[in-house]
Amino acid sequence: MLAIVGTVPDQNFPLTAGKITLKNNKILIQGKQIPVNRGTPALMAAAIQAGETLGTTELYGFLAGDIGLGNGSRKLYEYLTNHLIEFDFCVITFHYLQPDVDWHNRVLFAIHEMKNRPLLIADAGFMYAAKMSGQAPEYDLFTPDMGELAFLADETAPHPFYTRGFILQEENKAPDLIARAYKHDNAARYLLVKGKQDYVANRQGILGKVDSPVNAAMEAIGGTGDTLTGLAAALISSKIKIDKAAILAARINRLAGDYAKPTPATQVMEIIRHIPEALDNIPH
Amino acid sequence: MSIFGFLKLKKGKKSQKYNQIKSNNPKSKGKFKAKFKDRGILVFEHTSEVIRAENVLKKISEINGWAIRVMGPPPEIRTGCDLVIEFSLIEKLNILRTLQKIGIKPLQTVPVTNPLLTPVDLFQTKDFGQYLMVRAANMKLTVEKETLKIVNISGGGCPDVPYLAQEMVGKHLTNDAPLPCDIGHTLCGYALQLAYEEIKHQCSL
Repeated sequence: MLAIVGTVPDQNFPLTAGKITLKNNKILIQGKQIPVNRGTPALMAAAIQAGETLGTTELYGFLAGDIGLGNGSRKLYEYLTNHLIEFDFCVITFHYLQPDVDWHNRVLFAIHEMKNRPLLIADAGFMYAAKMSGQAPEYDLFTPDMGELAFLADETAPHPFYTRGFILQEENKAPDLIARAYKHDNAARYLLVKGKQDYVANRQGILGKVDSPVNAAMEAIGGTGDTLTGLAAALISSKIKIDKAAILAARINRLAGDYAKPTPATQVMEIIRHIPEALDNIPH
Repeated sequence: MSIFGFLKLKKGKKSQKYNQIKSNNPKSKGKFKAKFKDRGILVFEHTSEVIRAENVLKKISEINGWAIRVMGPPPEIRTGCDLVIEFSLIEKLNILRTLQKIGIKPLQTVPVTNPLLTPVDLFQTKDFGQYLMVRAANMKLTVEKETLKIVNISGGGCPDVPYLAQEMVGKHLTNDAPLPCDIGHTLCGYALQLAYEEIKHQCSL
């Protein structure tokens, strides 16, 4: 089973764990509803849509409310540290959590304690913590955008906000930045870099590029990176190899975006709606 | 939390186990030296400011579950008094706003690991015709040029990003949208504030 860990922008939302479904543009978990705008709910919605089409297993979610104060994230970190050993997942995807190196390390130790080690995917705040901890190679897939790739490539930066200017965040620099991230052990086993061109890479170099269909507006739409990570997670949990799954996810995400005829004002749920159609039209 | 009632928390046993794993795990010896990578330093002009800042930050740190400590400045810091405050760097925006409320403005806010690092100051602008997007660090803000309505916020990885988007998207850039520096809490929120100021500048507001 695929598990997804993240936060929702409602400080009254309690720590909740359970199976997740998608209904009427909302994520349902333990009788609670969360609208899908961007962030972890968008990642979950994309994974659910893909999972239904792929005919794969159910999805499990760990969620808590957090508006940036870190309190919900710390409840999640603590819960995972204490309870992960009781679960059996094939893939865990970590997403919007307040980056905290100490808590990250505790969760990683808890994963080492699990009977079967799941494949580990990290994006957003948890990926920042994974890089800062020096434990990035423990992960199977990171899914940074170009700004975040520059952060991974800058061995001194504690957050993308402090990435040094000479490490340019330009599209044509992606191969150099990928190589630099691996040189300093700040990348997962595989990278799926989201950008004008999407790159799939590992320590040996670039394994694939996806650059069509092109919709420049996708960059402006909040949540399109989240849906890409959700698609990759769903495909990997359906037993497709990580590099192949990452390339497929990039193609499906672009095609779903294309079907939505996006403008920079499009909201991500309009794209998520087209994921089953896009998946059907791309051989996998 | 009621849904977890069936699961007993074994805190004592677990923390004992954690320490055991930590000390036994070969990976914990070298790489986990990265312990302080998510910490920042607040530099002040006067020691009296350090004391006042410590008092107020200790109170909110207890509520929010992060730690601060007063220490001597690292050698790279050549300004300010003989004491600095170490804090959770991610929550910089929240902490600076808290200090501002009591009239304290630190001379500098820098990462512990490299006090010479400065915030990103490069902006990337994309003109979509009807829309304008500005990126600062990992945050992107897009407005409709004619109406100045915020139509999208993307990028970022801290939990206040979805919250900021929820509160700002669909609102007018200057009339009714809240400022990221007022409702954001993290470095991503801080980056969004920079993008906000830059897009205002580019729209000549």
